[in-house]
Amino acid sequence: MSHSTSNARAAARSGMPQPLLELRDLAITFSTSNGDVPAVRNAHLTVMPGETVAIVGESGSGKSTTALAAIGLLPANGRVSNGSIIFDGEDITSASEKRIIELRGSSIGMVPQDPMSNLNPVWKIGFQVRETLKANGLPSGPQDVAKVLSEAGLPDAESRANQYPHEFSGGMRQRALIAIGLSCRPRLLIADEPTSALDVTVQRQILDHLDTMTEELGTAVLLITHDLGLAAERAHKVIVMYKGQVVEAGPALELLTNPRHPYTQKLVASAPSIASRRIESAKRAGIETEDLLAPASAKSASPDKVIEVEDLTKVFKIRGNWGKSTEFTAVDKVSFSIARGTTTAVVGESGSGKSTVAKMVLGLEGATSGSIRFDGVDITTLGRKEMFDFRRRVQPIFQDPYGSLDPMYNIYRTIEEPLRVHGVGDAKSREKKVRELLDQVALPSAMMQRFPNELSGGQRQRVAIARALALDPEVVICDEAVSALDVLVQAQILNLLADLQSDLGLSYLFITHDLAVVRQIADSVAVMEKGRLVEQGTTDEVFDNPKTAYTQALLAAIPGAGLVLPPEVA
Amino acid sequence: MAWYIVRRFLQLIPVFLGATLLVYFLVFSLPGDATAAICGERGCTPAVVAGLREQYNLDQPFWIQYLLYLKGVLTFDLGTNFSGRPIATIIAEVFPTTAKLAVMALVIEAVFGIVFGLIAGLRKGRLFDSSVLVLSLIVIAVPIFVLGFLMQFLIGVKLQWTNPTVSGDATFTELLLPAVVLGLVSFAYVLRLTRTSIIENVNADYVRTATAKGVSRRRVVVVHVLRNSLIPVVTFLGADLGALMGGAIVTEGIFNVNGVGNTLYRAVLNGDGPMVVSIVTFLILIFCLANLLVDLLYAWLDPRIRYA
Repeated sequence: MSHSTSNARAAARSGMPQPLLELRDLAITFSTSNGDVPAVRNAHLTVMPGETVAIVGESGSGKSTTALAAIGLLPANGRVSNGSIIFDGEDITSASEKRIIELRGSSIGMVPQDPMSNLNPVWKIGFQVRETLKANGLPSGPQDVAKVLSEAGLPDAESRANQYPHEFSGGMRQRALIAIGLSCRPRLLIADEPTSALDVTVQRQILDHLDTMTEELGTAVLLITHDLGLAAERAHKVIVMYKGQVVEAGPALELLTNPRHPYTQKLVASAPSIASRRIESAKRAGIETEDLLAPASAKSASPDKVIEVEDLTKVFKIRGNWGKSTEFTAVDKVSFSIARGTTTAVVGESGSGKSTVAKMVLGLEGATSGSIRFDGVDITTLGRKEMFDFRRRVQPIFQDPYGSLDPMYNIYRTIEEPLRVHGVGDAKSREKKVRELLDQVALPSAMMQRFPNELSGGQRQRVAIARALALDPEVVICDEAVSALDVLVQAQILNLLADLQSDLGLSYLFITHDLAVVRQIADSVAVMEKGRLVEQGTTDEVFDNPKTAYTQALLAAIPGAGLVLPPEVA
Repeated sequence: MAWYIVRRFLQLIPVFLGATLLVYFLVFSLPGDATAAICGERGCTPAVVAGLREQYNLDQPFWIQYLLYLKGVLTFDLGTNFSGRPIATIIAEVFPTTAKLAVMALVIEAVFGIVFGLIAGLRKGRLFDSSVLVLSLIVIAVPIFVLGFLMQFLIGVKLQWTNPTVSGDATFTELLLPAVVLGLVSFAYVLRLTRTSIIENVNADYVRTATAKGVSRRRVVVVHVLRNSLIPVVTFLGADLGALMGGAIVTEGIFNVNGVGNTLYRAVLNGDGPMVVSIVTFLILIFCLANLLVDLLYAWLDPRIRYA
């Protein structure tokens, strides 16, 4: 230890800036039942004191693994198989458990990815903050805890500290996690996708706050993200990882304007936030957006409305104490319509009631009042049998391709089930239909015998789309259908949906919180806030000329929206 | 919360009525004349039989018998058994022994089950884990009377570490062996449940975050892994407490424990209707209360659960 600090001092004296964290030729291997699997190879990166460095890559690229290795948080079957990790001049590659525990929290902090799962649900927020201070030998009285929490922008910190994580919203939990990560004033903060689970407006606030705090404290940040726009906006230096290797590294803007590696080029081209910039600049150049976007949208569309929603309202009763109940209006007099063969997006943050709208249109949730007309017939009045027929014509695709496919059903059975339930054809014709459907979603028919756990997220979502299309529906309702996917996969799925729309004349109701996605796929947009529809119009109208402050805030919060790119890149 | 507890107590009323009705009906439907058991082999004179029938309301139709019984219960009079002893006194006499045995068995299975399960879960796939799993499988697979007689013979008769049977005093040392036998099967379940739960939680995100905070490994395991893992285990233990209080007929039989199980067994053999109904009802109430206790404990362990 003393030896390494003297090294550091020597470096400081000689005027050479000493990197705070340096990974040299790092290789990480996981031992699995099928033998050793290399997860990271020859990873090389340096973080200077006070600098923000972003690692960008898709899931499975090894970006999180690389960062977690720096504080010895690899999963039990992972190990550093080559190279070295140097923190502040000290080689900690094979440091003792005791030394690593010393460094954690006080020298290297961490803000994890998912605020929902990273706080222990059975302990109060204050307890979890106090524990951090205590473990690192700092004063940990109630006022210290409150101070740490309020620094992270948590209002009313003193009383909030006595609450449990489930009483916090996602944004508040992430603030608590940031408070924990920075509570012991570490010199390096590892932020692993710190906001990817949050709504865009909250995301922006959290990142802004994180920026201000780390700047004030002089903390270096190693930011891990899959969003190139976000990385470019927040980091001095960007490192792109692909399949366990660093493929490109450099100053953020340079990387965006002049990506050299083919993977980076692909990433730049399909990053949704940057794609929307591309559209805008193309527009300035006089090119029609339709030519750049989903080729089919609205072309063959006849003007009739396939779905008309009028004054739709949903009131939930919430059980209170002593048998009393209060009413909560989740959806408040919402009206919109979907023209046949087009895509309508309903946008809003979580809690805005957009998913409740989707459930009601699917007939999965009854409406309190108002009407939903499908082809002129009000579905809120349908009987059991008519409802069954209606379901055939309106199909859902849900957010979580992991949760919405039955793990015990193979792919064939998953896609064939709706056909069987509705008594379509015989076994032979159903098998033919399943093959056709797999073909439509660009999956090999050899996949029929596989199970969901053997598929990637993108493949599963393709299966979910094939299942939804099995009954030849007229309307497909996509509830956050692409938000769990990586950007590249997201772009593929969006293209697939657009192609299917033009081939089959489908109408989509697209429920999403991601405006960048809306820009790519929707013909018209309805913006929801706290159960009410605050704005609607064609996508171009809403994006170019947002009328309400809420829509403006949503648009401004798209990561990368503030980047100014030279036109030739865009 | 107070309202919740009141509601739960109110729910006991239909449970009580339903249970007594069902048990009363079953006993009523038993073949044979209940007075025959009282009179023994020599039989009674018809006059005595008629007197007994009147005393125990056996001459009344089912509904009247049942309502008379309910009336007795509501006035805190459980009546007498066929030998003429007040049933309340008998329960008060045998229940403490069973309760003592049950609590001892529960402590044994909880402490050993959780400790072994914790170590096995943390060392998943290693030697300790595998051997403990095999052991627990054997314990679950072998019937309890085999384990009971085997341990009675080895420890009580061969090694003579303790009395092979329990005397009327039912002292702590005497009850130790039956408690171990009684807790053995549940011990295996607690161990497996804890192990699975630990394995699930040890890889949870919040455990990794706690580690990243710089907290020591020991504290991470105790504060973050163990507490969260105990939630399902507590549910099991609570339900088990209810079952154990009901007296273990087999174990109490093997070790000659004068507890609820043994008393109930004798009452069933004698066709002693009032006794059977009273004991079973008492046990049902204990079971319901144990469940309520579990639910409250559950809310304490997991603050996300709110009762209203």
